[in-house]
Parts: sequence; structure tokens; C-alpha cells
Amino acid sequence: MSLSRWLLLAVALVAACAAGLALGPVPIAPGDVVRALVGAGEPQAIAIVRDLRLSRVVLAMITGAGLGMSGAALQGTLRNALAEPYLLGVSGGAAVGAVLAVVAGLTAAVALPVAAFAGAACAVVLVLLVARAARGRADPRILLMAGVVVGAFANAAIMVLLAGAGEGTVRSALWWMMGSVAGADWATIRWLTLYALGGGVALVAVARDIDLLALGEDAAAGLGVHVAGATRRIFLLAALLAAVTVAGAGLVGFVGLVVPALARALGVRRAREVLLASAVLGAALVVGADVVARTVRAPAELPLGAVTALIGVPFFLVRLRRVS
Amino acid sequence: MISVANAVVRYPGARDNALDGASFEARPGCVTAVVGPNGSGKSTVVRTLVGQVELASGSMRVGAVDVASADRRALARTLAVVTQREELTFPLPVRDYVMLGRYPHHGAWSALGPADATLVDAAAARTGAAELIDRRTDELSGGEWQRVRLARALAQGGDVLVLDEPGTFLDVAHEMALFELLDTLAREGRTVLLVSHQLNLVARFAAHIVLLDHGRVVAAGSPADVMRGVVLEPVYHWPLVISRDPAVGAPVLVPLRKR
Repeated sequence: MSLSRWLLLAVALVAACAAGLALGPVPIAPGDVVRALVGAGEPQAIAIVRDLRLSRVVLAMITGAGLGMSGAALQGTLRNALAEPYLLGVSGGAAVGAVLAVVAGLTAAVALPVAAFAGAACAVVLVLLVARAARGRADPRILLMAGVVVGAFANAAIMVLLAGAGEGTVRSALWWMMGSVAGADWATIRWLTLYALGGGVALVAVARDIDLLALGEDAAAGLGVHVAGATRRIFLLAALLAAVTVAGAGLVGFVGLVVPALARALGVRRAREVLLASAVLGAALVVGADVVARTVRAPAELPLGAVTALIGVPFFLVRLRRVS
Repeated sequence: MISVANAVVRYPGARDNALDGASFEARPGCVTAVVGPNGSGKSTVVRTLVGQVELASGSMRVGAVDVASADRRALARTLAVVTQREELTFPLPVRDYVMLGRYPHHGAWSALGPADATLVDAAAARTGAAELIDRRTDELSGGEWQRVRLARALAQGGDVLVLDEPGTFLDVAHEMALFELLDTLAREGRTVLLVSHQLNLVARFAAHIVLLDHGRVVAAGSPADVMRGVVLEPVYHWPLVISRDPAVGAPVLVPLRKR
């Protein structure tokens, strides 16, 4: 992809972040945002920008980048333009893992993504087993059906787990199931960043395997890919990235579907570039979606997952037509 | 050179062995064809060579390298495979696709350079895909796509080529052009192993034919040795005669009507 298009992506991300810091129930002028970021200006503006909005924007960036990369890796490896962590039930599995950890009292910022990852990995295995039982791993629609089934099971499990969890139950159940980047704290963000960076760099390192696996398993094997091992590694890394986003922001759907497709529409072809462009575009998209979530019906907030679904579902339908 | 010795493969849950003690060789300098009816184990040979299927016993070697224990990336620098089917979910520019053949020569972080680009252009020129290099893989016809895939295999730089049913979906002209090219590539010193069920075509281009049935080699030799009614009829379970092509003199299998 040309340098100008990469610049375009960077500009989109910066613009989304600027909007994320400036817009909200109390709009703050761009100049004041910059002043507040460096610690100057009115104390109220500093408090809003640095304590409330900055953490939110950063968490939205991690969420978008993680989901974008996870979707890009899954689509390439599964040779399926409809694959993404939410639709494949991987995010749902992560949410079950995270909720289990919370119910068990394991709420440390370092542990929650690990629990979510365990859940996501289980979901990946389960989806592939269901699809294989239906002899349809190669058929995009059967794989999606397996994902929807696993996702529905995960939702039910979350309901059951949270039913006896006491005060604030409905609120936290909604948070997990509809997604939100509100109330992000820096300790959590630090750990999520670390996990996401690790997973992202590892995925970029195996990008050439993704390119070759996109040709089909036998062809990839003929080009020197250890197919079983490489596939397992890529699925686990995609699950890790999805788990990080779920631990931080709950279930945010369709980002992993829309973002890699937009990246390809920009002319990105090789897996490494698709992954990187998906990270930037995903970050911009989720930061933007969060701005929409907290401004369209202010002072009320929409769930972030509802906004991404409103964008993603029509997109999915168009894609589905093309795939079938 | 490819050497297969007493190869036994059994798929999980299958009743019979897919390969049942098959032994044969493909030598450099000529086209070797593996033929046989559906389910005779032809494709299993290819899948075992690339490490997608494990041998229960016996061995397969490419040169001196045992494929069971080979480093897959190193093997891909010697052995290039054009599999039976390959459909790209996400289309690529043809140049990028042929460039995938250079991946086995690079680690995860080493960049592909001008030397790779030169080899890609040379490979494309070799298979008549040079004028396709700026197109996209989803814009190609069946014949063009096969030429591009063969260019990708040549870009891998090895001297052993394996092709699984390369003539499928090709019309007569494209099929003949492809087989002529394979013949030329073999004459230059490469080992070319061709898996095919097009006996008549194979009989004209292959110097050596290996006939598989139920995973066993039931006949092997020159086209004249293998293309005989007494050899082929029990394998294909169909009445047939072998005649001689009046124009080119090659043996031709003619299946008979049963009534």
C-alpha cells in the first residue's frame, strides 16, 4: 500500500482520538484539549480530558486494534471473509472466562485477560470441533453457524453466572454483553496494552504463514508451512487479542469483520500489511464508535457494542451475499 | 529425484490403507506420471510428500531428504507442489501471488528483495505468465491460473516439481501447452512427478508411468509397458482396448460401450 494511504489511516486515527477527547456531555475546544493534556488550563477541563476521556480513548484504541487484528488473522487463516472473533463465538468464550474469574473474586488487572484468554481458547476449539462434526470447516456458513451456537451458549452461561452474583448484576451483565469502554482505569489499561502488544507483534511475526495458509492447507504445506502448528499458533494469538478486548471492554461485535475488509478495500493485500492496517483502522473505528455512543443521546450513553453492531450488521449482510 | 519405498498410509477411521506398500521412483530428466482410478492413492502420495499425511511405515525421499523428518521450509526450497485445487478467498495481484514462492527462502523478518523480484519475473516468463503479472488472480481464466500457479512453483527455485491433476478445467490447447512445458522443464534436468487420470495424455508425455490401485503399484514402466489391456482392465473394471494413435504413434486407451 502506498505511503499516502498509510498517512490517511494515521490521520483518521488522530482525528478520531481528537474527537474522543473533545466531544462528550461537556464539549471542550481542541486548543483546550491540548492544554489539558499537558496539564495546563482549567482544572475542570484537565479532569475531564485526562481522568475521564483519555483512558477511554486509549482503551477504545486497544479494543479496536485487537479486534481488527484478530479478525484479519482469522479471516486469512480460515479463508473466510465472514470470520471474526465475535461471530465465531471466540469473544463470547472470553467473556465467560472473564465473568468466571470475576465471580471467583479474581479481579486483578493482570489476571482478568488470562482468564478471558482461557475462555477464548476453549471457544476456538469448540467452534472448530462443531464445524468439523458438521464436515463444514471449509464452508464459511457452517463455520459461522458453529460460532453463533457457541456464542449463544456463552451468553447463556454469562446469564447463569451473573444471576447469583448480587448487587449490580444486571448492569454488569449488560456491560459484558453489550460492550463499553467507560470506567477504564490505568492499571487495567497497562496490562491490556502489554498483552495486546505481545499478541500483535507475535501475529505480525507469523504473517507470512497467514499469507500461505490463505492458499489452502495443502498448498501452504507445499510452501514450507507446518500447517497444524502454524494454524494452532495463529488461532491462539487471535484468541488472545480478542480476549484482551473482552477483558477491557466486554463484547464488541463486528469490528473484526468490517475492519480487515476496509483495509483490503484500501488496496492492502499481504497479511502483514492487512494486520497493521487493521490495527490502525480498528482503533480509529472503535474510538469513533465510542464518541457516537456517548454523544447521540447525551447525557445517556449507548452501549458501544450496539453502535458497532448498527454499523456491522448491514455490512455483514452485504458480505454474506457475496460469499454465498 | 523422488524415491518412495514401501509407503503405507492409513487415514484415521479408514478401513483400508490409502497407500499399501507402494514403491516407485521419479528420476530427473523426464516426466514420471502416477496414474490410477479414483481412490487409488494418487493424491495421498502428494499429501504425504508435503507432510500433510504421515507415513505409517516405509519412506519417501526427495533427493536424500526423508520427508517425514524434513524441515518443511528447507524442503520447499527443493520441492514445489501444485496442488489439485486452490481458490483464493482474497484475490492477490499476480506478482504478489508468484512472490509467495520466494517465502521459503526467507525468515519471518527478512525482506524480499530485488533478487526475488527478478526470479519471479523469470518464472512468470518461463510459464508464459509474464503478460499476466499485473493482473489479479480473480481475473484469470482456468488456463492462465494454471500457468500462474506453475510460475509460483518455479519461483520456489527447486528442481523437483509435483503436480496434482494440472490439466483439470483446461481446454485442449491449454492442456497441450502445459504438458509441453512440463516436458521441457523435465528435459532441463528437473524431476517432474505428475499425478493424473488422463492416461492418453500421460502416455504421450511421460517416460515412466506408475499405475496405482488400492494404494499398491500394480504396474510401472514405459507407456508401452503400462498401457496394455491386460494391465488396465482389471484396475479400471471396465472393458477397454488399447489402440495406437495413427498420427503420433502413442498408445491410446479406448473404453468400450458395455452394450
